[in-house]
Amino acid sequence: MSAVVKLANVHKSFGPVKVLDGVSFEVGRGEVVAMIGQSGSGKSTALRCINALETIEEGAIEVCGHRIHDDTLDKRALRQDVGIVFQSYNLFPHLTALQNVMLAPTCVKKIGRKEAEALGRDCLARVGLAEKAGHYPEQLSGGQQQRVAIARSLAMRPKVMLFDEVTSALDPQLTGEVLKVMEDLARDGMTMILVTHEMGFARRVANTVIYMRQGRIWESLPGSELANPQTAELRDFVGSGL
Amino acid sequence: MPTFGLGHLWFLVVAAGWTLALSAIAFLGGGLIGFGIALARISDRRWLRAAATAYVQVVQGTPLLILLFMIYFGLAIAGFDQLPALIAAGAGLTVYASGFLGEIWRGCLESVPRTQWEAAECLALTRWQRLTRVILPQAMRIATAPTVGFLVQIVKNTSLASVVGFVELSQAGKLINNSTFQPFTVFIVVAAFYFIICYPLSAWSRGLERRLNVGRR
Repeated sequence: MSAVVKLANVHKSFGPVKVLDGVSFEVGRGEVVAMIGQSGSGKSTALRCINALETIEEGAIEVCGHRIHDDTLDKRALRQDVGIVFQSYNLFPHLTALQNVMLAPTCVKKIGRKEAEALGRDCLARVGLAEKAGHYPEQLSGGQQQRVAIARSLAMRPKVMLFDEVTSALDPQLTGEVLKVMEDLARDGMTMILVTHEMGFARRVANTVIYMRQGRIWESLPGSELANPQTAELRDFVGSGL
Repeated sequence: MPTFGLGHLWFLVVAAGWTLALSAIAFLGGGLIGFGIALARISDRRWLRAAATAYVQVVQGTPLLILLFMIYFGLAIAGFDQLPALIAAGAGLTVYASGFLGEIWRGCLESVPRTQWEAAECLALTRWQRLTRVILPQAMRIATAPTVGFLVQIVKNTSLASVVGFVELSQAGKLINNSTFQPFTVFIVVAAFYFIICYPLSAWSRGLERRLNVGRR
């Protein structure tokens, strides 16, 4: 299995605070990796580094052949291979759901309106929101907005999808509908890296779970083994969640 | 002594036309340069930001009256002594408007959350596409009210152009008053003209805001 995402000894600080302290891991094609850990453990930062939203000070990151640590990195080429979904959805409020999804394919890939619209409707259908195409973000629930955001990323046909605590702002019911969409994606073979607090989802869907602590990978284990951690810290962390 | 009559009224109508023309020049010129200033102020190039900031500080820190004097007499010294008053006054007001509009619009651009830039960036949009397709449409809605508010200020500030010998509405009123000596009548009519110009602008602004509010209550 070839690695689609590869981090090697990545270091990153915000001022005097060391956020990533020698992080290395690989993600193979079609694999789902869940990063868990306390707030401030560096998991979101690691995710943002993978998409070049943050720069790293040391080490190497390679994503679909793009060398993130390289000064000559073509960020726009990278972003066409990597989709990211944020906790706060970040939909464009002045555009309808369909227009949100169509924007990047028309702007970046220069595909025709008709084709883009078909693609947009297709992506919305994939997240179960075909009938909401004409709605503005404000007219949608949080869960629906987050699914539109997923569809918006999918429309660029990314090779890897990053999810940054995408259900943290949602109530349990809405969380369920978003997780369902992500589970479908995983089953369709999408390579996914997610930062999450949903232990049940991580155990059920993730091939690998990475437990981050103090900017390091404290423990890495198969999702199915999440109930039997090796370290006391992870046992404490997972303790109440499962 | 002549009394205020139809001839005087017509003189004011013509002068009001000049006020409008001057306002239009100031707003178009100021808008064009101001938009450039606003973009420069949010640029990722440091020197460009610094230059735009300096421009804004100088323009905002100079009274419009002094700006008009400097351009009118300054250009004359520089050899443009046949400059029509309309051009000199238009240039002065353009500089004045660009300094303020640039700053108003920078504020509007920056009030769109950073996360919107980030989301657009992550979809591989170019910086220009991020600006025009994502940020500007949102910033424009925020900008409508303060922009029209400033437009009304420009209309009223054109009265200062009289100092460079330009006969616009206020100057015309003064001239009529000099011969009729009916200040109340004359200046109430002048004020009414200003109101007739400014009120539709305010009304238009309200309509525009309503129309741009799609997708947001």
